Amino acid sequence: MDFINAIVLLLNYIFVPALAYGSQLAIGAIFVTLIYGILRFANFATGDMMSFGTMVAILFTWYFQSIGISLGILPTALIAIPFAIIFMILYMLTIDKLVFSYYRIKKSPPVQLAMVSIGVMFVTQAIVRIIIGPFDRRFFDGEKFILKANEFKEMTGLNEGLTVKSTQVITLVITIIVVSILFWFLNKTKTGKSMRAYSDNEDLALLSGIDPKKVVMITWIIAGILATIGGVLYGLDKSFKPFTYFNNMLPIFAAAIVGGIGNPFGAFLGGYVIAFAEILITYAYKKFFTYILPETLEPDSLVQLLSTDYKFAVSFSILVVVLLFRPTGIFKGRVL
Amino acid sequence: MREYKNVIVAYSIMILLIILVGVFQSWSIALSILNFCLISAVMTMGANIQWGYAGLINFGVMGYTALGGLAAVLVSVAPVEEAWSAGGTNIIVCLFIIIGMIFSIRYILKKFVKSKKRTYGIISLIVIGLVLLRLVSEPGIESIEAVDPAKTGFLGGLGMPILFSWIVGGFFAAGLAYIVGKVALGLRADYLAIATLLISEIVIAVIKHEDWLTRGVKNVIGLKRPVPYEIDLQNTPWFINLVEKFNSGKLKLINSVAERQDALNQLVIDASSVYVKLCFAGMFLIVVIILLVITQKALYSPWGRMMRAIRDNEEAANAMGKNVVKEHLLIFILGSAVVGIAGAMMVTHDGLFTPGSYRPMRYTFLIWVMVIVGGSGNNFGAILGGFAVWFLWIEAAPIALFLINFFTSHLPDTNVIKLHLIDSVPYFRFLMMGIGLLLIMRYRPKGIIPEKINIK
Repeated sequence: MDFINAIVLLLNYIFVPALAYGSQLAIGAIFVTLIYGILRFANFATGDMMSFGTMVAILFTWYFQSIGISLGILPTALIAIPFAIIFMILYMLTIDKLVFSYYRIKKSPPVQLAMVSIGVMFVTQAIVRIIIGPFDRRFFDGEKFILKANEFKEMTGLNEGLTVKSTQVITLVITIIVVSILFWFLNKTKTGKSMRAYSDNEDLALLSGIDPKKVVMITWIIAGILATIGGVLYGLDKSFKPFTYFNNMLPIFAAAIVGGIGNPFGAFLGGYVIAFAEILITYAYKKFFTYILPETLEPDSLVQLLSTDYKFAVSFSILVVVLLFRPTGIFKGRVL
Repeated sequence: MREYKNVIVAYSIMILLIILVGVFQSWSIALSILNFCLISAVMTMGANIQWGYAGLINFGVMGYTALGGLAAVLVSVAPVEEAWSAGGTNIIVCLFIIIGMIFSIRYILKKFVKSKKRTYGIISLIVIGLVLLRLVSEPGIESIEAVDPAKTGFLGGLGMPILFSWIVGGFFAAGLAYIVGKVALGLRADYLAIATLLISEIVIAVIKHEDWLTRGVKNVIGLKRPVPYEIDLQNTPWFINLVEKFNSGKLKLINSVAERQDALNQLVIDASSVYVKLCFAGMFLIVVIILLVITQKALYSPWGRMMRAIRDNEEAANAMGKNVVKEHLLIFILGSAVVGIAGAMMVTHDGLFTPGSYRPMRYTFLIWVMVIVGGSGNNFGAILGGFAVWFLWIEAAPIALFLINFFTSHLPDTNVIKLHLIDSVPYFRFLMMGIGLLLIMRYRPKGIIPEKINIK
């Protein structure tokens, strides 16, 4: 019986990774939900837009590294983010001008816009692969760990170590900053309020003199910021590969819908719901039970609910269950 | 005849393109493009039945294709006796447990009124069932996967001719579509898209990781073929004679006997691969024609009229007493079954089943590009879309290479940008697909051959 070790074990293998992964999903899910709420379509290019922003950030990181600029213990990519955001916003606005605005003005049904976003997905994917290639790229530099397992063991004298990667802390800090600014913007400023009004009821918003062009532009700008930051954080923590980013679109969608689509706060929490569920269900609890149970009751098998191969499948199953029993999402979004 | 003019023109261009590939590249390449065009055409018809007839958006094409492929494996591979004796009983017991669970849940749902007690009862029944399944299946799966893992490690199939799998694949896909349809069809269009996409990912995850059934990422190779093997053909006298007759003019020009024999051998090797592909093409063509006849008949039947009515105005059709939910489910199942047939056809053609290769880009989004480009709601359009888009998908790299060389011809061969572009030629196919889709959506939103309804 050793509760402290058991708790540290769970912290190390479940809580810390899930918190970081959840933050990355949450940013992506807010991006999806904003596009859905204000522009009214499911954006299938989500993953590829994120990979486009990350690609620009990587190119800037390489440039800064080549001229010798660095942040010391922090990754160089952090200085590259603002520049990448500028490029990303330009890209988003160009796409909107060339592709989406036509269908928006024509008031096409959402399905058609979703189809168009598939075209954008193909094009963006091609651009990313032509410029940077389809390979795995790591662009993290600086100090890798904040807390190493050995140091933690020495410090506390426990059997279990606790590892905290610096990217996990960076992810969490940046997510908190970005999300708080976003919610402040949406709830307190005039532009943010007009965006929410537009999302709630378009005709009424237009009647009260809200400029739709401005709302749409601000939405794309925020979307660009979120896509870049979410993509760079994921890439720093794991690695950058266009195909993985495309696949990440699926749990992001799941997070947005589970949280209640059209509801940014729901999407934010939905990201954590998906991340925690994925890791909790696929974690092997054998070691945990050996700590908390008396020796006679120790389990022989891995005590794993599902093998880690089903990580993605877990989040999708949650989505299916939510769609079945609570189609508005856990935090009450739009009625589907 | 006049109304079919654009159809005939479009198809002639398509056939001409494939013949050009045959003349300039090789007949073997042209025929494999044609075969995959035909398979794509079947998939597109399936998606078109759902989207064009009924307006249902199904982004789970990948899942049904993979299920069709699985059917090919389960039907044609010889059963692995050792694996059956090692863990077969456990698997059969599991099957009975699942059936028992389903029936008892149905019984409870029917017998008791809705209440909290009933919900908890059902939940606990499911949990107990899952735990039981886990306990029974785990030792069985372990012993099955331990049977000669380098070669088998799975239960094998029924050892029947692989052609049966085309029908079985359709049934597998229909079964999945029934479940998915029951769950997801009530959703609004774009949610249905997301839900089906995610469900197909779940299906792929299961196929990839349940090694006892599908051999997972270890792949199943060497599936039986409904057509002769190249190596056998090369040793059959009548085939060699046939090749000799065809090329007698060419062969006469060669004087020495040894050289003539060498030339003939080479010709026989080439001809055998062409012959095999022609056989496949013939079989696929038969499937496409049968499906085309059935779908055309259905489209112009009262049932097709009703489907269009539901698509164009659901409330009105409902008010006229049509059962929208039931018809949606039916058409969802039918379309998915067609996609399942295509999946089985594809695995038959390749002779191998590789669960790792099922990716949404290739099997869902590309098929949708075909449907949109070809013309939704029109079967001829759907088939043309399958042909044109697949042709472009394969020939995109040569075209892109040509264009790059053309536009950078003034640059020296060592230019960094030029080299980089030439290295990334394979990715230009995504660019072409995307731009093609966007242009069609913008300037010809109904596709190359738009839907045309003749009211007689």
